[in-house]
Amino acid sequence: MIYMFASHLQPNLATETPKKAPTRAGYGEGLLEAGKRDQNIVALCCDLTESTKTDAFAKEFPKRFIQIGIAEQNLASVGSGMAAMGKIPFIASYAAFSPGRNWEQIRTTIAYNNSNVKIVGAHAGISVGPDGATHQMTEDLAIMRAMPNMIVIAPADVHEARKMTLAVAKHEGPVYFRLGRSDTPTVTTPESPFTIGKAELMYSKTEGREKNIGIVVTGSLLYNALMTAVELEKEGLGVSVLHMATIKPLDTEALLKLASTHTALVTVEEHQIAGGLGSAVAEYLSGVKPTRIERVGIKDTFGQSGEPDELIAHYGMDIPAIIEAAKRLI
Amino acid sequence: MRALELKANEIRQSIIEMLTAAGSGHTAGPLGMADIFTLLYFAVLKHDPKNVDWEERDRLILSNGHICPVLYATMAHAGYFPVEELLTLRKFGTRLQGHPHRQTLPGLETSSGPLGSGLSQAIGMALAERMNNPYSAKYFYCLTGDGELDEGQIWEALLLAGKEKLNNLIMIVDRNGIQIDGYTKDVMPLEPLAEKFASFNFDVQEVDGHNMRAINDAIGKAQAVYSQPSVIIAHTIAAKGVDVFERDFRWHGNPPGKGPEDRVPRDKQAEVALQKLRTLAGMIQSQDHS
Repeated sequence: MIYMFASHLQPNLATETPKKAPTRAGYGEGLLEAGKRDQNIVALCCDLTESTKTDAFAKEFPKRFIQIGIAEQNLASVGSGMAAMGKIPFIASYAAFSPGRNWEQIRTTIAYNNSNVKIVGAHAGISVGPDGATHQMTEDLAIMRAMPNMIVIAPADVHEARKMTLAVAKHEGPVYFRLGRSDTPTVTTPESPFTIGKAELMYSKTEGREKNIGIVVTGSLLYNALMTAVELEKEGLGVSVLHMATIKPLDTEALLKLASTHTALVTVEEHQIAGGLGSAVAEYLSGVKPTRIERVGIKDTFGQSGEPDELIAHYGMDIPAIIEAAKRLI
Repeated sequence: MRALELKANEIRQSIIEMLTAAGSGHTAGPLGMADIFTLLYFAVLKHDPKNVDWEERDRLILSNGHICPVLYATMAHAGYFPVEELLTLRKFGTRLQGHPHRQTLPGLETSSGPLGSGLSQAIGMALAERMNNPYSAKYFYCLTGDGELDEGQIWEALLLAGKEKLNNLIMIVDRNGIQIDGYTKDVMPLEPLAEKFASFNFDVQEVDGHNMRAINDAIGKAQAVYSQPSVIIAHTIAAKGVDVFERDFRWHGNPPGKGPEDRVPRDKQAEVALQKLRTLAGMIQSQDHS
């Protein structure tokens, strides 16, 4: 069996257990690297410097690091003020608190001003694990996607998180990106392309197949989407996997192409099925190319304590759940 | 000082005219802060209305955005834009949004409206300036309301300013004692306010917010404080200058023509206010001013 992964991905994805690393580690590396390149980059954090992986930057550039204390509302607006004076602030906390608690401050003082502030939402998604539902942010894509001027990104793995951080540092304007706490399978390589606003086709084999399923995935579940493709391939189905790292602006060109060449679509995200990637895909396609869509994600419920893999399975985002969703469309 | 007082009076008249034309907006706060805004824009701030992006300018951050009629009126009188444009306040297509928007009107440092975030933004600016230039001569003036101090974010910001010893930060609190639902002492008591600020490691002064010389002296002292941020609690009279509106919280969120009717009928409110201001509340009796 030949699997049609994009050539820049890790080798032997279908047969070997992948290495794992958290996306937050990629952010930490990227921030340090960006900080060395541009002295206007500053980092602000709310008493979570180590766990958000802002610590390497803080250690290297202590004068460019502001410890805000446990005060996320202040975090957002101090960031806006610094941006007004030409700084490029990366403001970091857990996604449940920022943008969870300080959404209005982000709206008024960052987005409305079109301030050059980068909002780092760490510990996003249900894979936060044992901390439980209070810390499992599963609504951030929805609340940030609705905000004018805001770019919203969910990197897939440690390499992509690093490249994304470098790209975000160069981008002028407000950006929100989410990071995960737990180890995520490393799918991409340092050579894989990353461009803000551009989706990447990570797997595609549809030629000669009667029925084709397009999987649109964002962030940490890319590996699960790819393994779903492998399983469906074995059953003779055509499958493509489009990784939509940037949820806003949506890469509508890539999406329309996918919808036009596939029988139906499955969207996959570690987020509520309302308001996130699945909603964005459905909103766009409903106007230009009505398509049957199964949305894989959390179904209007809060999480609970548990290990990341247990939770991903329990809330229906593991490989069998994605396969099942795809089969419902055939 | 006399010239500044007369300028403040002109600005109050503009406030009445623009609010009346808009048919909505806040009256009490803008009238109460007219003296302080006049002093800032005509005597204190380093700024250039013809070069709004001048890097060396001081920054004025209005946190309680709803009093923006006084900001707009003062900016217009200081030469940022034509005074006639004030009559576009709150109208479709205007640069003078109901609450300030930095993107639409050059010369605004921030957008504001939702209360409590201006001090944080001023702190961010002051911190960035200190990183950029340790010998900076810029000051960051943050104006807040007193009802606004109910917001938790204010106290987060005060902690940070005290921690960072931001001596380039001067906060001015409009202590007029009113907010929408009533007197601040009833809605949410703030006293002992000076002690609260002092305990957050601020230098604290209290002044008569209508005495130009006293405000000027307080700002001069705040500029000279070296080791900590400063706050000036400016005791003001809500709706100052129109005696029949003064000290009445019902004038917080209403324009002339829609305010309380028990002292002045609605159809006379704008006219009475302008006459009070033109005659300095009846102190000038000449027919020329009637």
